Amino acid sequence: MNNPSPPIVAPPPIPTPSQEIRSGIKDSFAAGLGMFPLGIAFGLLVVQSGLPWWVAPALSVAGFAGSLELLLIGMMAAMTPLATIALTTLLVNFRHVFYSFTFPLHLVNSPWAKAYSVYAMIDEAYAVTAASTGRWTGRRLVSMQVAFQVYWVGGGLAGIGIAALLPARIEGLEFALCALFVTLTLDAVKSRRQVPSLMLGAAAFIAAAVLVPDVALFAGLMAFIALLIARHFLAARKGIQNA
Amino acid sequence: MPETWYIVSVLAVVFTITLALRALPFAALRPLRKSALVRNLSLWMPAGILVILAASTLRSEVVADAGHLMPVCVAVAVTVAAHFLGGRRTLLSVGLGTLSYVALVNLV
Repeated sequence: MNNPSPPIVAPPPIPTPSQEIRSGIKDSFAAGLGMFPLGIAFGLLVVQSGLPWWVAPALSVAGFAGSLELLLIGMMAAMTPLATIALTTLLVNFRHVFYSFTFPLHLVNSPWAKAYSVYAMIDEAYAVTAASTGRWTGRRLVSMQVAFQVYWVGGGLAGIGIAALLPARIEGLEFALCALFVTLTLDAVKSRRQVPSLMLGAAAFIAAAVLVPDVALFAGLMAFIALLIARHFLAARKGIQNA
Repeated sequence: MPETWYIVSVLAVVFTITLALRALPFAALRPLRKSALVRNLSLWMPAGILVILAASTLRSEVVADAGHLMPVCVAVAVTVAAHFLGGRRTLLSVGLGTLSYVALVNLV
């Protein structure tokens, strides 16, 4: 990428639409390498948990949020109440609220493309724009997002196909989701500052699993949020006292 | 097997909430950005939510079959070890953890 700062360097030429689309697709490759295999696992799990095959593409269009979709397979197979599903969706996807602060949506001009770009603002899209120093354009951004959805939906369909070819159900494959959340937890707790949240979450879930085992996830999530709100007001009070 | 109306309701719930979370902040950026509570929650939520999801999915494995307690423990250890030793490559850690779990519940 050219840096526009020194006066000797001519300003970079304005990219043509097809160049923008090509660079958007190029931007999608690294994350796509992870999304496609995970999509296959997702498709396999949908079929193996006894849900109709069309749930995989339907969820990937309705929700388009990888880890939540994987979580929902088990919840749907168990006919989890809609209230629990709504709360889980709200809390698991709550992080997206903060993506909007830096996501370069203002570059997208057409209202339809803008709407799609918001709808498809997944973790990977946010992460690539946040980490990249390249010159973004609306077309480049949206083509990257479309590519992401193609990998994810395509992976899911490939997984459905593979499941149809398998002679029998592979027991234990659903552990992929457990393993994914274990690694995501490890990645979220990279510094010691995250340890209190980890402990509060663990305590909330253990208490919920002991006290109300039938609705442990719902109760655990609610208790955790209550604890965090209490923590916020405690920290604020301490701040006032110290001031 | 869940009925179609149930699946369609789930799809509607997931679509509405996910899109709202992604779109509303663009419409109402300023108050959200100023709120100290929202900022603190954003900072504190991920680690706790993820550990709850990990614990919840692991618990379902054991609740479904109590004999899976040992495989679950071993496979979690494999996942964690692979994640730290393999340089936090999610696909590798998840792959090795799942492989060891599938092997343990089918072969042992």
